[in-house]
Amino acid sequence: MSYFAVPKISRRVLKVWLRNRDVFMKTYKVNFLPPFLEPLLYLFALGFGLGRYIDVIEGISYVKFIAPALIAISVMNSSFFECTFGSYVRMYYQKTFDAIIATPLSIEEVITGELLWGATRSLIYATIMLPVIAAFGLIELPSSLLIIPFSFIAGFLFATIGMCFTAITPNINSLNYPTFLFITPMFLFSGTFFPLALLPEPIQYFALATLPLTHVVRITRALTLANLSGFLLLSLAWIVLVSLILFVLAVNLMKRRLIV
Amino acid sequence: MRVVVCIVSVIVAEDLTKQFGEFVAVDSVSFAVGEGEVFGFLGPNGAGKTTTMKMIQCVSPKTAGKLTVFGMEVSTHQREIKKLLGVVPQENNLDPDFTVHENLMVYSRYFDIPRTSAERIIAELLDFVQLSHKKDTLIEQLSGGMKRRLILARALINTPRMLILDEPTIGLDPQARHLIWDKIKSLQSQGITVVLTTHYLEEAARLCDRLVIMDYGKILVQGKPDELVREYIGTDIVEAENDPKVIACLERNASSYDVLGGRVQVYTNNPQEITYALLKECELGQITARSATLEDVFLKLTGKKLRE
Ligand SMILES: Nc1ncnc2c1ncn2[C@@H]1O[C@H](COP(=O)(O)OP(=O)(O)OP(=O)(O)O)[C@@H](O)[C@H]1O
Ligand SMILES: [Mg+2]
Repeated sequence: MSYFAVPKISRRVLKVWLRNRDVFMKTYKVNFLPPFLEPLLYLFALGFGLGRYIDVIEGISYVKFIAPALIAISVMNSSFFECTFGSYVRMYYQKTFDAIIATPLSIEEVITGELLWGATRSLIYATIMLPVIAAFGLIELPSSLLIIPFSFIAGFLFATIGMCFTAITPNINSLNYPTFLFITPMFLFSGTFFPLALLPEPIQYFALATLPLTHVVRITRALTLANLSGFLLLSLAWIVLVSLILFVLAVNLMKRRLIV
Repeated sequence: MRVVVCIVSVIVAEDLTKQFGEFVAVDSVSFAVGEGEVFGFLGPNGAGKTTTMKMIQCVSPKTAGKLTVFGMEVSTHQREIKKLLGVVPQENNLDPDFTVHENLMVYSRYFDIPRTSAERIIAELLDFVQLSHKKDTLIEQLSGGMKRRLILARALINTPRMLILDEPTIGLDPQARHLIWDKIKSLQSQGITVVLTTHYLEEAARLCDRLVIMDYGKILVQGKPDELVREYIGTDIVEAENDPKVIACLERNASSYDVLGGRVQVYTNNPQEITYALLKECELGQITARSATLEDVFLKLTGKKLRE
């Protein structure tokens, strides 16, 4: 079995997506609260608190600088955690995947459905955060509205990253390693709370090449500031290319794990 | 080898083999299941029953040999085969995020059943397994027996042509077990083929038209339950204490017997004669005679040693 066999999928992936949506909607009150509260906490603590000591950063106020990063971080977290801890629980503890593959669905379709759901969660969170942040007048409209479709694309990227870890993790606790070694550094060093340009140049390139969040923050920030440039297409291309590769890899790794 | 003159074979396995790395879990087994039959797989823990079920349901690829279900090759027609099957897995895998009704509704979507017909089928099935009153209950609040019944209902959601039941009555009380037996019989009368595994030999004797006994990945015997009993045991069993005098006596009479711990079991078609001989010639008091069962066949063929 190869790592890069192209997955055979059909519109049945939507059934898996629907299953997860149904669970999400059953507990929507709990689910809708974090994306609503989280940006408020960060904005107050960092933007209006710490930000008081910073006059301008790259020509804008500190709170305006971090607002798009907060959206990007939330996009990353929601799909990454959905497709690591969430998918692992469904796969290992609830045996949900086993139950589904006894029906006409294939494992490829189950995993693809999970990834699409992870991306959808990012989209939902970004969509809830936008009006909250807009209410403080921190983002430009209408360009910021493009964050909604973009959050799905970016969410899909982090979903595929998460799913690759889920496919190889020996147990649920080991999923803490990618969280601390990959997600936390990204959270801090992707041009989120201070400009990437402050880092030594080789490290900047390293970040651009290996930390997906740098590209997501870049595009999100350009959209909230209505400051678009052709350079962003490169970031978008990076995101699309890497997600496609990791999508194929995640499906094959999962197949290897589950079809024995 | 006996040739089975079946109606139509809906499962045909020839030299079917499954390896996990170096370990051979199913070792070149051959069998055929006829349409409308209840076909059983018996065997000690680790015999390879579940592995065989998983190959039939197309979720675990075979290593070697031939396996067709409804005339279709399992490695190329997974979707077509899975559409026609209903599966009760050995391990419960109901969706804990949903209620009883939601579990069935979500499952019906995987089979492309339109919502309105799904509602009707679900109502009928909940009635069939006597769970209508638990419609809105969450899975974790069901008893073990209720979960098993719900899984049976879930397996029927696509009106399957064949049911794969991997230990359907595991952990059930006698009432629930009888209920499941009735359901299996009634499904068979509707023309559904049933393949089941079980550790309850009485259950197998009652339900199965034909069965196989597996051990260490191989099929030891196959046939009709009563015929297997007659062939390997005889009609009756006479049990006496394990005593050299008894053994000597049995040897003189050229009887077929086994020593099982502290007991000697004599296999016979004529219990009166043996009992009489033992009582008279060996002057023994402790003797019981009883009908032979499938359990005797099972223990004779697979031994009494516990499997790790
Ligand atoms: N995924 C796997 N990887 C490695 N070995 C396996 C795997 N699944 C099963 N086995 C081994 O294959 C053998 C047959 O297992 P199987 O589950 O088919 O037994 P079974 O007859 O269903 O037993 P039981 O009555 O306990 O359910 C066992 O020795 C088991 O350890
Ligand atoms: Mg088993």
